[in-house]
Amino acid sequence: MQEVDSEVRKLKTDPDLPPVAVEEPHRMTGPSKLTFAIIGVLGAVGWFMIAIVRGENVNAMWFVFAAVCSYIIGFRFYSRLIEYNILKPRDTRATPAEKFENGKDFMPTDRRVLYGHHFAAIAGAGPLVGPVLAAQMGYLPGTIWIIVGVIFAGAVQDYMVMHLSIRRNGRSLGQMARDELGPIGGWAAILGVLSIMVILLAVLCIVVINALAESPWGVFSVAMTIPIAIFMGIYLRYIRPGKVSEVSLIGVALLLFAIVAGRWVAEHPTLHSVFTLSKPALAWWIIAYGFMASVLPVWLLLAPRDYLSTFMKVGTIVLLALGIIAVRPTVQMPAITEFASNGKGPAFAGSLFPFLFITIACGALSGFHALISSGTTPKLIEKESQARMMGYGGMLMESFVAVMAMVAAVSIDQHLYFAMNSPVGANGGTPEKAAAYLNSLGLVTPGGTPLPPADPAMLAQAAKDVGEASIIGRTGGAPTLAVGMSEIMHGVFGGPAWKSFWYHFAIMFEALFILTTVDAGTRVARFMFSDALSNVRGLSRFKDPSWTVGAWISTFIVVGGWGSILVMGVNDPLGGINTLYPLFGIANQLLAAIALTVVFSVIMKQGLFKWAWVPALPLVWDLAVTLTASYQKIFSSVPAIGYWAQRDRYATALAKGEVLAPAKNTQQMEQVVFNSTVQGVLSIVFAGLVLVVVAVAAWVAVRAVKAGGLPTTEEPDTPSRIFAPKSFLATEAEKEVFEEWKAAGKMPVSVGTHHHE
Amino acid sequence: MSDVSPELNSVSLAARITRAAKVARWYARGVVGADAYDRYLEHHTRTGCDVAPMTEREFWRDKTDRQERNPTSRCC
Repeated sequence: MQEVDSEVRKLKTDPDLPPVAVEEPHRMTGPSKLTFAIIGVLGAVGWFMIAIVRGENVNAMWFVFAAVCSYIIGFRFYSRLIEYNILKPRDTRATPAEKFENGKDFMPTDRRVLYGHHFAAIAGAGPLVGPVLAAQMGYLPGTIWIIVGVIFAGAVQDYMVMHLSIRRNGRSLGQMARDELGPIGGWAAILGVLSIMVILLAVLCIVVINALAESPWGVFSVAMTIPIAIFMGIYLRYIRPGKVSEVSLIGVALLLFAIVAGRWVAEHPTLHSVFTLSKPALAWWIIAYGFMASVLPVWLLLAPRDYLSTFMKVGTIVLLALGIIAVRPTVQMPAITEFASNGKGPAFAGSLFPFLFITIACGALSGFHALISSGTTPKLIEKESQARMMGYGGMLMESFVAVMAMVAAVSIDQHLYFAMNSPVGANGGTPEKAAAYLNSLGLVTPGGTPLPPADPAMLAQAAKDVGEASIIGRTGGAPTLAVGMSEIMHGVFGGPAWKSFWYHFAIMFEALFILTTVDAGTRVARFMFSDALSNVRGLSRFKDPSWTVGAWISTFIVVGGWGSILVMGVNDPLGGINTLYPLFGIANQLLAAIALTVVFSVIMKQGLFKWAWVPALPLVWDLAVTLTASYQKIFSSVPAIGYWAQRDRYATALAKGEVLAPAKNTQQMEQVVFNSTVQGVLSIVFAGLVLVVVAVAAWVAVRAVKAGGLPTTEEPDTPSRIFAPKSFLATEAEKEVFEEWKAAGKMPVSVGTHHHE
Repeated sequence: MSDVSPELNSVSLAARITRAAKVARWYARGVVGADAYDRYLEHHTRTGCDVAPMTEREFWRDKTDRQERNPTSRCC
């Protein structure tokens, strides 16, 4: 032991202060080698059971083993490799949180608290929706991508972007792109981010609408979140300022009551019709809501709903994890279905490569996280080395949420899954027609024998169980997840009578996340838009965020942007999710490409050519996926895949006066032509912007190689004067340093942040 | 633990539960951001600023006003 101790270095930045950093060799001791060996074996058994053995009865617990053990190994070895060879964090440097500490936005925050905070900011509806749709190809491809993808791509992106931002005073991704890639690359990146946000918001809204359309129960309980949040806002501002936990508990109680009360509304003759809304009507309500929510004061709606959403998010995810462990459901879906190879899946068209990898974005690789890893968390982090647990570790947790969503989706009855996830245009919408449609799909059990014919009565009963008139054609992932969750949770809490409660509980919490994202996202996009606009000559007034007219104009334009795509999507005869979800995935993954490009450029500029493969590996993969998908979406001659082929097919038929199914009349034919044109144009714009960014980065990389490295915009070193451990648990040496601080009568970090070490 | 008397065990159990509850409260408040004012006050005292600190009411108003000017994103 003495030998190990001698290699521990305790570093000081001021002779009068105890050490501010501990550097320890990461040599593995005997017991830890054994621990990792056991974890490795357990993980291998998990993978063996789901990938090789398969068979008729695969238990969902093997997913948990495979995932958790892979995460631990990935975190211990791969993120360590990145830390040791590339990022080289130095805890003697002050983070932005310490350097600019102001007791408000910049504030060193306990690493364990910040982990929860960061996780709540990155995880939303994304990791819950993508895996559900991807389940149509079987459980295996999606699960492999979620787990392998997060280890080599998603967590790498989050970690590296966070590190770069910490070294750059907490600057955002857009600013870093401008600084590192120059004006052209920077502008393309900002325009890319802005247009991508617009499509993201539109598709998230479609997910909510598909869950709420013709569902008075759902509409009522989700609508109630607005008055509940407003009540909380008023309470916090006027009645008991700052009592956040108290009001959040009241809010959660009211929310649960609203879910219960939804049943009475659904059963009440008048209220039933008041809250039964069609998709287009809901779209207009959400547009109106989005506009109002982002111009109303933050304290009234956004801030309180954010508290509510954090509580619900963490609570529900813990509940689902406990439910899966308690119930240990058996998987109903085969490992790989026909749709993986024939590209004719009902939830989304196209073959496994590339479309699976854009359908599951959040959970494996999510570009959107780069916006949170830069900017927000660096302003709160105590030590540079903590970015590993925060960025890499936080993303692993999100990946686990995606695995749970996959488990929930593949453990429901296959007929039910495909009835819910095919557009009404294909399945006919009634139990009888849907059953006939399902029988035409040639579904098989996990063991490979054909499924018995679908029973229309089962589909009707399933809807009744969850308190809905129909669940056929409820695409978008959220309702399927809700059914999966109610199947799992009613086994633990409440029994079959509670199925409908759990279904609406799941719908409500997904809608809550999405509406919070819509509101916050509209605000962020509005700021980005006015900032971009203020650079135009004569429009410099847009720079001032307190100029109300300007704020309203930019909000109007941003809401108009996602609102028009939303209206387009809900009226799409081919099904909004089917046509728009690929665009959403492509957009999110292209954002990841921008983030990874920025990281790659910085690594090249630093002269770390030998290690540039670490960001290059996910970048090249991501570009291959997204550009192939974009290429197919633009150039494919198969109408179900190519937007322009789709347009031609319908335009030609329209010119001849024909009506093609699933369109029912000329107006719907025109709608298809219009939608596919817009979608085609958007595909071209996204891919074009990213190609510009990548081209600029390639040019930067070539210059960097020629010059043997280039200056980056990293901020100079400011010596740190605080101390905090690197990871969740303090090591022996770190505990010793705490004792030294105690002995010196000083606090290692501010008092309020660091109890219970 | 077997050599500890039952009495001591029950005392430490109660203490442990109290401590666990405190940790849970501290953690939940931290993650949600309910401890913002306490931390602001602590920062204010520690840095020894001459200006009187904001009251709790003022602080939370100021906080939401700042959010108004600097919106942060939530992920999908």
